[in-house]
Amino acid sequence: MTALDKARAADGRRIEIVGSMRRQWDQVPPVGKFGVLVALLVLIYLLPIINPPILTTPESDFATVLFNVSLFVLVAIGLNVVIGMAGLLDLGYIGFYAVGAYSMAVFGSPRSQLAVAYPWLVCIPIAIALAMVSGVILGGPTLRLRGDYLAIVTLGFGEIVRLIAVNSDALGSARGIRGIVRPPGEKANGRPLFGVLDAKPYYWLVLTIILIIILGVRNLEHSRVGRSWLAIREDEDAAALMGVPTFRFKLWAFAIGAAVGGLSGALFASKQGFVNPESFKLITSILFVAAVVLGGSGNLVGVILGAVLVSYLPERFRGFEEYRYLVFGAALVVLMIFRPQGLIPNRRRAAEIAEGEEGAMPSVTT
Amino acid sequence: MSPPEGTLSDPSDLGRAAVGTDPTPLLEVDDVTLRFGGVTALDGVSFAIHKGEILGLIGPNGAGKTTCFNVMTGVYQPTSGQVRFNGRRLGRLKRYQITKLGIARTFQNIRLFPEMTALENVLVGTDARHRTSVVGALFRLPGHWREERDGREKALELLHFMGIDRRAEEVARNLPYGDQRRLEIARALATGPTLLCLDEPAAGFNPAEKADLLALIRRIRDRGYTILLIEHDMRLVMGVTERIVVLEFGRKIAEGTPAEVRDNPAVVAAYLGVPEDAA
Repeated sequence: MTALDKARAADGRRIEIVGSMRRQWDQVPPVGKFGVLVALLVLIYLLPIINPPILTTPESDFATVLFNVSLFVLVAIGLNVVIGMAGLLDLGYIGFYAVGAYSMAVFGSPRSQLAVAYPWLVCIPIAIALAMVSGVILGGPTLRLRGDYLAIVTLGFGEIVRLIAVNSDALGSARGIRGIVRPPGEKANGRPLFGVLDAKPYYWLVLTIILIIILGVRNLEHSRVGRSWLAIREDEDAAALMGVPTFRFKLWAFAIGAAVGGLSGALFASKQGFVNPESFKLITSILFVAAVVLGGSGNLVGVILGAVLVSYLPERFRGFEEYRYLVFGAALVVLMIFRPQGLIPNRRRAAEIAEGEEGAMPSVTT
Repeated sequence: MSPPEGTLSDPSDLGRAAVGTDPTPLLEVDDVTLRFGGVTALDGVSFAIHKGEILGLIGPNGAGKTTCFNVMTGVYQPTSGQVRFNGRRLGRLKRYQITKLGIARTFQNIRLFPEMTALENVLVGTDARHRTSVVGALFRLPGHWREERDGREKALELLHFMGIDRRAEEVARNLPYGDQRRLEIARALATGPTLLCLDEPAAGFNPAEKADLLALIRRIRDRGYTILLIEHDMRLVMGVTERIVVLEFGRKIAEGTPAEVRDNPAVVAAYLGVPEDAA
């Protein structure tokens, strides 16, 4: 038995363990499931108040870290629609995030070129719409490309958006835009609910938005739309010949992904109170993809876990100074060697990767 | 195994009522030529398929049979000539639009969605006739529920018709070879076609399985579908088709009833004389 066989057998066992956990979970009665989920949710909402000793971040404010983590989760859920469900490798997702953030800044800051600050509740839909439009503009011509080519084009898009921000005076060039409107709401004592110092309300806001987005994404997944994405991912030509309007559904995946990315960017901008191009570097885009792939692209729980790890670990180990990214990078490499399908893989994705190793399904040649 | 007739009461199948009475052919391949650079894959091929018939398309390897399918289903655009379906030019229609018009196909090399279950594979086919898009699915509008329910019913009925309903929840790649072939036919039928194109559906089958398939193809025709059959196995073609078109090197060399084609010297020379194809 070679080392590779051993590794493969071990991997098979791990898949089996995850599979059996899944079956056990499937057998829990709905009421029990609901109870467990509610308890878990309450715990997650209370995290910044409990401030648990090992989880908490000694070098930075725990609520702020939690906000950043939750934002990362939201981004990963959106990117998962594009990569995990429709199978389109988008390396420039940061571009949509930036479009959302800058839309929030331009429409929500009195210091922007518009010189009028629209209310937060008006800015959010504008940011989502503009991100969606940018997704359609990018996707229209490029979704005819496949695989690697699409990855290259999207990579370029992410950089183009950042460079436009750097070089455009209307967008504040390198200085960025300050004074962005915050979400509405007041505390009992008349102070604003969403202040500068306390990150907890922002965390709770993003958490709630995540729950809504998850519901929507799950609805899409279990419908004609989700089936079409899956069929496109598995065999695009066969899908088209079975009546799937492949281009239209790929464009939808892109637009939905962009909308969620734009929403995340807008939330980020309104929490920060300012934006500048520094926040939208390529490395962040790569981290977004890492979160999706690491967790198990196509599986919502996996993707959420991946996003939590990718955004939380560097904060937790801030004490290592500049070595923290080295440790983080090494952890990613190790993980990908031993678990290429992600931490909690999508059932189908795991099989697709295994198939790539063993050869294709039996078929008759010409 | 066979369910009661007429259970597929899909409005898109209405064209089937006019079996044999309609003078305009269902599908016309009109002087189609297809060139790839210097290679002429199809050279002025013309033939017609009439409603309700089973037409065989045969020829030695590389004769252009599958290429002909690909032109009919929009995979390739003909260099010259045209394909008409129900009198309508296919022209530059997209592949999914041609499927919606009523042409469905299977593949010589099985091309199921391997990680989807058998049922899901067929559901993708039924989706060809569905309208629910992102908004309907996102907000679970009534149309979404209705289409999901109807699609599921139709898909299960088709799986039952093909005799693979026990495997509905199994992932396609795990199905036995013969069931994969049957699933492909079920998926094609799910798109609600009038014309079903089968590309060597018996490839790799043993004689008993071939006999089953023969009966199945007849039953599909009896449900009112028109069938175009590419097949290597001469006995199968002769046994099930009413007319046969023979291709060789991208040209049509003969057309007629099985008996006529069998006695045509050009066909004998081109095709039947080759031992491995005589099966």
